[in-house]
Amino acid sequence: MAYTLQWGQVVGFTGYLIGGAWLALQIAFLAFVGGVTIATVNATVLSYGRNRALRAAVRSYVAFFMNTPVLVQIFFLFFALPEMGVFLSSYQAVLLGLTLNVSGYLTETLRAGFQSVRRSEIEAAETLGMSVAQMTWHVILPHVIRVLYPPLTNQYILLTMTTSIASIFGLEELTGRAYNVSAETFRSFEVFSLSAALYVVLTFVASAVLWLIGRHLFRVKARFV
Amino acid sequence: MGGSLLEQLPLFLSYSNVSFLARAFGVTVALSIVGAVVGYTVGALLAFIRNRHVVDVLPARFLSVGFSETFRRVPFLVKLMVVFFAFEVVGMRVSMFTVTATTVALAAAAFSAEIMRAGLEALPESQWDAAESMNMGGVMSLRLWALPQAWKVILPPALSFTVGLVKSTSIASQISVFELTYAAKVLNERGFSPVLSFGSLLVLYFMICYPLNLCARRLERQLERPRGWKPGAPLLAESGAA
Repeated sequence: MAYTLQWGQVVGFTGYLIGGAWLALQIAFLAFVGGVTIATVNATVLSYGRNRALRAAVRSYVAFFMNTPVLVQIFFLFFALPEMGVFLSSYQAVLLGLTLNVSGYLTETLRAGFQSVRRSEIEAAETLGMSVAQMTWHVILPHVIRVLYPPLTNQYILLTMTTSIASIFGLEELTGRAYNVSAETFRSFEVFSLSAALYVVLTFVASAVLWLIGRHLFRVKARFV
Repeated sequence: MGGSLLEQLPLFLSYSNVSFLARAFGVTVALSIVGAVVGYTVGALLAFIRNRHVVDVLPARFLSVGFSETFRRVPFLVKLMVVFFAFEVVGMRVSMFTVTATTVALAAAAFSAEIMRAGLEALPESQWDAAESMNMGGVMSLRLWALPQAWKVILPPALSFTVGLVKSTSIASQISVFELTYAAKVLNERGFSPVLSFGSLLVLYFMICYPLNLCARRLERQLERPRGWKPGAPLLAESGAA
């Protein structure tokens, strides 16, 4: 039996799907902010910490989150934590899982960024009689932002795509809503192709905006595409 | 709770469970290997036709860019559903393993094309000019000097991307492929503690991914860069966790 594509039934749901994309962006944003916060602490410990045990702990934290699938991490939070008396809603579990997972990756990124500041730059700033605050503001931050901006935007886009697994836990973001529409219309191929296209547009626009911001605000010299 | 976990442990580690997980482990590894081999081959071809020194055909370049830009920007889960229903649309009856392996291969092709493109672009322009002045064609250049230098730039990120590929196969549990995550879900539903079933799952994935990441890091440190190498930031080409 041949399958006839019928887009007509599906395109009417575009607005509904975009509403789901909004939730996806929210989750990604919250997880990214949380992830950067944790990662900054971690990377500071790794780069400047003197406590050997603490550094080892951070290293194993990073190794754990980089070497296990985020889906399984969220499964663990969602199904195993209740056994220890911690109950998370699916939204909380997904958000926490994504935050912890991305913080592992970001720790590596930030550490590399911190290390890219050369000692001679700091020495030069000291010679000019800069205070620590001045040094951070005028020397370290501009340098670190320029180095870190491209990989950070990269991570952010990847994170936005990873939010699609929230649908597995019943959240109605873009993919979750695609499942709803597919259950309602039975035009599964059309719905998922449409949501795939929406993901492409969404991440492409996000990349373009972030690239423009980086170029004009921080003078980042990365290429687009 | 700790007591009941300890009580369950011998039961959980029974022969049938261990062989059940071992088979699932095999499927996960097989999915990753099949997907990676097919995907990296296609990815290499895409990277070659994108490089204007190798193949100077504009439509081919557009095709290559379009392919990797599209498939890099679609989450694995959505890609999986599209592939799953695409087989239905064309009327092919295939196993869920084939569906997943195809999706893994698509993801691998899109991301590895980007990694290899960055590797080839890291080579200095003057070398291509020199090769041209000696009347070397694209394929000959690749074989004789371009790839022998570029693989040092390509291999470390390709290895760490492979880790992402292994991890993304966990999403195949959604369409009931019998791989590690699915097996753990089954064990969980049979009444084993989720701490045990998902905990052992985390350990098993770690056993595959950690050595790969370690290799990637070691290679990155040990391989010297080709002359004139400049660091590039390949967009969206690392980790591939989604």
